[in-house]
Amino acid sequence: MIKLNEKGHSLIEWRKKLIAGQASSREICQFYLNQIQKKNNQLNIYLVTNRQILKEAARADQIINHDKKAFKKQPLLGLPLAVKDNFCTTNLPTTAASFILENYQPPYQSTATQRLTNAGAIILGKTNMDAWAHGSSTETSDFGPTKNPHHLEYAPGGSSGGSTAAVAADLAPAAIGSETAGSIRQPAAWCGVIGLKPTYGRISRWGVIAMASSLDCPGPITKTVADAALLYNCLAGPDYHDATTIQNQPQKLPSKKTIPNRPLIIGLPKEYFNQSQQDVNQKVIAVANQLKKLGHKIKEISLLDPTLSIAVYTILQRAEVSSNLARYDGIRFGRDRSHFGLEALRRIMLGTFVLSAGYFDQYYLKAQKARTKIVKDFQKVFTNIDLILSPTSLTAALKLGAWNDNVMFGETQDVLVEPSALAGLPAINLPCGFNKQKLPIGLQIIGPQQQEKKIIELAYQIETLTDEKN
Amino acid sequence: MISKKFLPVIGLEIHIELTTRRKMFCGCPADHFGQKPNTQTCPVCLGLPGALPVPNQEALKRTILLALALKCQINHQTWFDRKNYFYPDLPKGYQISQFFRPLGIGGQINLDNNRLIKIKEIHLEEDTAKSIMVDKKRRLDFNKSGVPLIEIVSEPNLTSAQEAKHYAQKVHHLVKTLGISSADMEKGQMRLEANISLKKLPTDPLPKYKVEIKNINSFRYLHDAIVFEINRQSRLLSAGKKIIQETRGYTPGKKATYSQRSKEEAYEYRYFPEPDIPPLNLEQLFNLQELQKSLPQLPEQIINELITKYQLSQYQADIITRKYPIIGEKTLKIALKEKITIVDVANAIINQNYNLKKIGAQKFIEKIKLAAKKELTGGQELKTVVNQVIIENPRAVKDYRAGKRAALSFLIGQIQQKTNGRADIKQAQKLLTDALK
Repeated sequence: MIKLNEKGHSLIEWRKKLIAGQASSREICQFYLNQIQKKNNQLNIYLVTNRQILKEAARADQIINHDKKAFKKQPLLGLPLAVKDNFCTTNLPTTAASFILENYQPPYQSTATQRLTNAGAIILGKTNMDAWAHGSSTETSDFGPTKNPHHLEYAPGGSSGGSTAAVAADLAPAAIGSETAGSIRQPAAWCGVIGLKPTYGRISRWGVIAMASSLDCPGPITKTVADAALLYNCLAGPDYHDATTIQNQPQKLPSKKTIPNRPLIIGLPKEYFNQSQQDVNQKVIAVANQLKKLGHKIKEISLLDPTLSIAVYTILQRAEVSSNLARYDGIRFGRDRSHFGLEALRRIMLGTFVLSAGYFDQYYLKAQKARTKIVKDFQKVFTNIDLILSPTSLTAALKLGAWNDNVMFGETQDVLVEPSALAGLPAINLPCGFNKQKLPIGLQIIGPQQQEKKIIELAYQIETLTDEKN
Repeated sequence: MISKKFLPVIGLEIHIELTTRRKMFCGCPADHFGQKPNTQTCPVCLGLPGALPVPNQEALKRTILLALALKCQINHQTWFDRKNYFYPDLPKGYQISQFFRPLGIGGQINLDNNRLIKIKEIHLEEDTAKSIMVDKKRRLDFNKSGVPLIEIVSEPNLTSAQEAKHYAQKVHHLVKTLGISSADMEKGQMRLEANISLKKLPTDPLPKYKVEIKNINSFRYLHDAIVFEINRQSRLLSAGKKIIQETRGYTPGKKATYSQRSKEEAYEYRYFPEPDIPPLNLEQLFNLQELQKSLPQLPEQIINELITKYQLSQYQADIITRKYPIIGEKTLKIALKEKITIVDVANAIINQNYNLKKIGAQKFIEKIKLAAKKELTGGQELKTVVNQVIIENPRAVKDYRAGKRAALSFLIGQIQQKTNGRADIKQAQKLLTDALK
């Protein structure tokens, strides 16, 4: 029997309890329902919760009781998860935190949620986000901002702020989010959890409400590296519904602690550290120094100035946004376009402008060329090093309202995650300590395309280091 | 009358719905004609949030076949683009089309007058939904949304309504021969748009305006609409007036075009590459040489063959290949074997003396033979032959009169021989027995 005041566990820890008969899926789900009841009003994390959850948990318990090997077939059997509200779900409405889609009930399921439920997972509910994923603080949500569980006056980051806050506040053992440029990594950094952004095309976008199609990547948000690997293994792989998924089968990530089997060359891009704040840099460099002691080679490297990516990312993302939001005309579903929020309107305007005759060559085409340069810059750097280590965000979490002061808030805030997003590279955010205000600080490991395994192995090693320190 | 003062400059845009099993970017059935509205839809062709397009390989293959048959250069590296505009029948707010790198460019079609009409490009896109007005309310049927659609764009090479019609018929014929679409114009599977302007001298550059006539669904309407438009523009230009760039519709009842919308505000489609579909490498996806080899005998080749083999006129060969593909040729082949005058058979096919498609080639030939026979049912010619046979065969006549029935058969055989089998046997027998009474 679980005590109600018990702290939440990771997926794998819960699974051990399920296998050992120390907890039932019903009890685990009830634990999170209680947590949600206690804290959700204050944090505004869930937009909707699953009312069928206890029934689904009871069904899972039945299977577990009958077949102890059921986890071999369904690795997430009976385990609850939070899902960002831009993944279409047939049992729960899907709004992308926008008024336009308030109460919109999709008639079909996203591949990501389908694969998770096929693996036995139970969806706790849908989490808050920046409306249409436009933002880096979850404040552009049409249903109010989510608060950072570490400090209620601070933003959780975004756009997957609801999902990262859910994991940080033990309102879910794990969650899925989506990233266009930073929307998994940055809120994971601000909330002190793990966020894995896979290679573009590694996890299907089918049924994920599009932000900028050429960049969007679904990915796991977890308490442990092992959980990130577990969810990635369930989610990743080709999908005939999404023509942009990578056609080969993904390499399975080790779901037990596996550290690199040889010393790695880890690059620290000086242009990135020049941007971020001192207290952030100190924590990341401390980790680098420990890795050096463990035998890895730490090397200062040079990448294209990441601030160049702000313009490139903004132009391409706005262009795609202006087109992707065109379908919300209120004819077939949802409300009409008069219900778009301020941020969506700004993005539609700018995107329409950069695609207009006479400006296309000057903006869109130039940005595409610059994007290719960024891709090549990483390719060149990765011929000499294995992985890149840098801060994820310039700062720890900012106060709620900071978004209002800067029209380009998200884009300037996400400067350290934009280049790798433009290049479609895999990356992970790991917590690496706290600042003076006791707000979490995150580091990121960036790898070459399809090198998730290399990233995860180093992440396991860093996780051990930070665990030992705490 | 068309004024002699001006030279028409005409370009055609032809849209053809491919009759593939599936729609262009989803698994819904593409055959939408006569189906209950909105029964063949899915998240993709309804443009629901999160839905993604996956290109139909069969549609790509058919477009390549047409591009090859039109002697286009194939862009091996091709991709889809988004054409952004708002219209109720366009669920995503953009149409997935091709703009920057169409599948085929620079083709040609040879007209019967030996004029070579240049084709600018051929590209693949998706059809829109069907919009119908019922009780002054707009109703939308998304069964048509996402059906594969080919667009063939000609250069402004055409110089008359007749030529434009002829060109469109040639394209139609080619599409049917390739079997890539039923191209049934009554079902809207082939739709025509004409761009028309006038210039004074052959050496003049392209006029600065063009008038577009949209959604024409028959060759005759195309012809009549262009004739009307040339006259209208001639009158305006002769009166010293300027012609505005606009889109016009055509009313068959009035044989007149009417203004739909002015194009003064230029279209702004904000094309950009479709990020949901990776660029296509056609050489990797298809064996292009095999596809080239798999092309059936094309209309032009069949027509030339008919002209040389059967001495048909260009006109006869054209109509027979176009309206009676395969069966027309088969009929001519039998006629040749049976030693019937080919030109007569060709004319009989064209004039529809009998329903060739219904009765088949063999029966058609028999009917023609029978018709020829009937000319000898009685009449002076048959009488003369009968008398001649009586005179030439005194012995058989004697046997017959002696009561030998077999002698009658012999005499009839003689008549048939003299008439090359054209005599009606009953009539011949009657004339013979009457004469021998």
